[in-house]
Amino acid sequence: MPDLAVNFAGITSPNPFWLASGPPSNTAGQVMRAFDAGWGGAVWKTIGEPVINTTSRYGGIDYGPQKLMGFNNIELISDRPIEDNLCEIAEVKKRYPRHAVIASLMVESRREAWHEMVKRAEDAGSDGLELNFGCPHGMSERGMGAAVGQVPEYTTMITEWVKEVARTPVIVKLTPNITDVTRIAVAAEQGGADGISLINTINSLMGVDLDTLAPRPTVAGKSSHGGYCGPAVKPIALNMVAACARRVKIPISGIGGIATWSDAAEFVALGASSLQVCTAVMHYGFRMVEDMIEGMESYLASKGLARLDDLVGRAVPNVADWGDLDLNYKIVAEINPDLCIGCHLCYVACEDGAHQCIEEYPASASGKRIPRIIKDECVGCNLCALVCPVHGCITMEEIDTGKPVFTWKDRAREQRQQTGIAYTPSLWGE
Amino acid sequence: MKLEQIAPKLPLEKYEENFADLNPLLTPQQALIAASRCLYCFDAPCIVACPTRIDVPSFIRKISTGNLTGSARVILSANVLGESCGRVCPTEVLCEGACVLNGTGERPVEIGRLQRYAVDYAVSRGFNPLRAGTPNGQRVACIGSGPASLACAAELAGRGYAVEIFDRNAAPGGLNTYGIAAYKSRAEDSLREVRLVENVGVRIHQGVEVTGDPRIVEGRESKVEGTASAMVDGSRSAIQREPSTEGAASTFDLQPSTFNLQQAPSRIALSELESQYDAIFIGVGLGETWDLQLPGEGLRGVCGAMEFIERTKSRPFAGIDVGRRVAVIGAGNTAVDVVTAARRLGAEAVYMIYRRGEDSMPAFAYEYELAKQDGVIFLWNTQPLAILGHEGAVTGLQCARTRLEGRGRFARVDIEPGSNFVLEVDMIVKALGQQPMTEFLRSIPGIELRSGRVVVDSATHQTANPKYFAGGDCVNGGREVVDAVAEGMAAARGIDAWLGHELTVDS
Repeated sequence: MPDLAVNFAGITSPNPFWLASGPPSNTAGQVMRAFDAGWGGAVWKTIGEPVINTTSRYGGIDYGPQKLMGFNNIELISDRPIEDNLCEIAEVKKRYPRHAVIASLMVESRREAWHEMVKRAEDAGSDGLELNFGCPHGMSERGMGAAVGQVPEYTTMITEWVKEVARTPVIVKLTPNITDVTRIAVAAEQGGADGISLINTINSLMGVDLDTLAPRPTVAGKSSHGGYCGPAVKPIALNMVAACARRVKIPISGIGGIATWSDAAEFVALGASSLQVCTAVMHYGFRMVEDMIEGMESYLASKGLARLDDLVGRAVPNVADWGDLDLNYKIVAEINPDLCIGCHLCYVACEDGAHQCIEEYPASASGKRIPRIIKDECVGCNLCALVCPVHGCITMEEIDTGKPVFTWKDRAREQRQQTGIAYTPSLWGE
Repeated sequence: MKLEQIAPKLPLEKYEENFADLNPLLTPQQALIAASRCLYCFDAPCIVACPTRIDVPSFIRKISTGNLTGSARVILSANVLGESCGRVCPTEVLCEGACVLNGTGERPVEIGRLQRYAVDYAVSRGFNPLRAGTPNGQRVACIGSGPASLACAAELAGRGYAVEIFDRNAAPGGLNTYGIAAYKSRAEDSLREVRLVENVGVRIHQGVEVTGDPRIVEGRESKVEGTASAMVDGSRSAIQREPSTEGAASTFDLQPSTFNLQQAPSRIALSELESQYDAIFIGVGLGETWDLQLPGEGLRGVCGAMEFIERTKSRPFAGIDVGRRVAVIGAGNTAVDVVTAARRLGAEAVYMIYRRGEDSMPAFAYEYELAKQDGVIFLWNTQPLAILGHEGAVTGLQCARTRLEGRGRFARVDIEPGSNFVLEVDMIVKALGQQPMTEFLRSIPGIELRSGRVVVDSATHQTANPKYFAGGDCVNGGREVVDAVAEGMAAARGIDAWLGHELTVDS
């Protein structure tokens, strides 16, 4: 069986699946139950000066009957005394020495305050520290959380303060609410961080009650922006993880919409060497990790990989700049008439929403109304295959154009040689 | 009807249980899940499969977005009886049969139930998307108040016509009120739909007989008041019946009704209608059940299928006498309605008798399933020969086994010699289909009949007498509610085109 054991910047755990800092890791009772269920580690709910939370706190977006496609919260850090949290961390570490327990920290932006907090957390026995520079709501208005993580200089500075006293690995948790996440990743690296974790939640307003006009989640008729997460944010998180993997050398803990082993494997392939999960646990409970472990093991085995580490970052080289994509590569759609059920969603999608490359059900001998791809017109955009409700009915088939690889950068270079005029800014590494 | 042996009465709550809605109204959660399964096909086959061309993907999408009044508008503007159709349409062979999900091996979208859900939601909140058009000064009379006439009238009212419906029954709605199995729809469900039509200004005169004889108009306008357990007279071929002081009340026990049943029908002559209206729509449906042409047919305990179903729609179940042992002759959808009703009313043994084999059964497969689930005993290849009686009441049915030469419904049926047997029964229900209203239809000047059906232009539904249009069972010989609605609407468009044409010529 492939080895899922993790050594993340010196933090070890039996598998890469950690509870992300949040409601599921709020108490020793929860964390120990999670470990019993199979979780390899837990990032404790952020510890700091206790807050007072609102009711309500969470909002959800359903997609048809599917609950919680997206989720958000306006909950703050732990509302429990620092001492209670630290005592519980000590107790958990005593009972689960092999599991990773990481203290998530957030204190006011004073050097002494950070020094004191770091010492207390490490004295309690935590295996590592995660600096919460990402919380987008409530704490950021008080100069903490995302207020730090949105400014590279602050990120570097506070990371340095922490590293002055820290004896355990320091992970900086990044906010996605920023133009270029890699600048903050680099800032953390420069500050001496041993690893980064991302993404924290995305600023969001979950909706408006159209009867009362109160935004959601509603607190006495009002609401405030909160942190968005859940399955809907996974593509955003994957992009940011991949971007960081191309820029920094320190390890990355992947967070953002992970709910299954295959979500997790995608994060790993794009550079994450540990994984953090919160929303899915809030939806389904700790038991879900059993399938994540088994699924990951069997995926690795099916690819002949002995260790999780062998997958880490394997897809990163395939993440390219647009200017490096081959403009001569060509695929066209093909409809399998035996599988087609005649819904014509591909037809209307292509006709109204894309490039008018599908003919409406020409006469067929069987009388079945099957749309037909106009191959010469098809731009290979995928839309028809994406809207087709039948698995495998529309496939994108590769066409051999017989032409060599030719990228936008190649084209820009040619044009410059011919005309002496640079059509392309040098952003793409000319 | 005094029967030889009456099935013991059931506890009252048992009747409601037995006749409970076969496909209950979806809950909001169920509706959302069902609606979300719709792919929102482009140029969807379910639309084409619906005789009234309801834009199914649109109305289902509106359910999933929470725009339920908009959903009901889409349905009702194409089919004013959309709720009934949602309950009673053979969706398996119409919209749901055409659903593309069948091609994936999944269950089709529950179009019928969703349709009922949307209309019920909107109508129960007082929403009616139908609007009367700007009055154009022209008048149309509809004869009969069943689905074809209601659809025709609603469509014409929307186009600005003054429409009046004349119907000889106590309550409006025709077979939609009186002829649908009680576990699919109750009379009050039909009456709620009639109200939608009334609310766009259509006047409905109940208890009025249209005759070939010139008489004075004495029609009463009936205002539908919902809760009525509406009552019908026993005879559907009322056209030959003289007004009688007993009237409809003589045949069955009557319930208090808002439809003034106790009064005899008044009459109005066709010539009167012709002089007062610019066009006339014939939506009279069909008449009495065909006779068996067997000895003993006049015995107590022999009745027609439609008359039997009417009873279940118009009086408390506990007040309906059913034989302990019942033979139903015929194997169509109406025969299934009868055998299931008889079982659910407490009959101990119910036989379905059909002279051909199971594979030739005219009823839809799911109707056959209903009968099987109700424990009906099927006697295939059985020919009734005579009805036996004692002191005027049915005691048995003499039958013989049949032998078929050839296949299917056109095979020749011969009696197996020496196979006679007697089935001891207390009640015999004829379910051989309904006769056309030939006598009445023949009294209409100039219209052409073929096999008792009114011949119409397939597009305009105009008859050979240009002033008369027709639709529904009297034209198609007896089909679904949705077909009658489609034909009524086609006739309305035909009337509009014809009268519009006349106007153009006049001016």
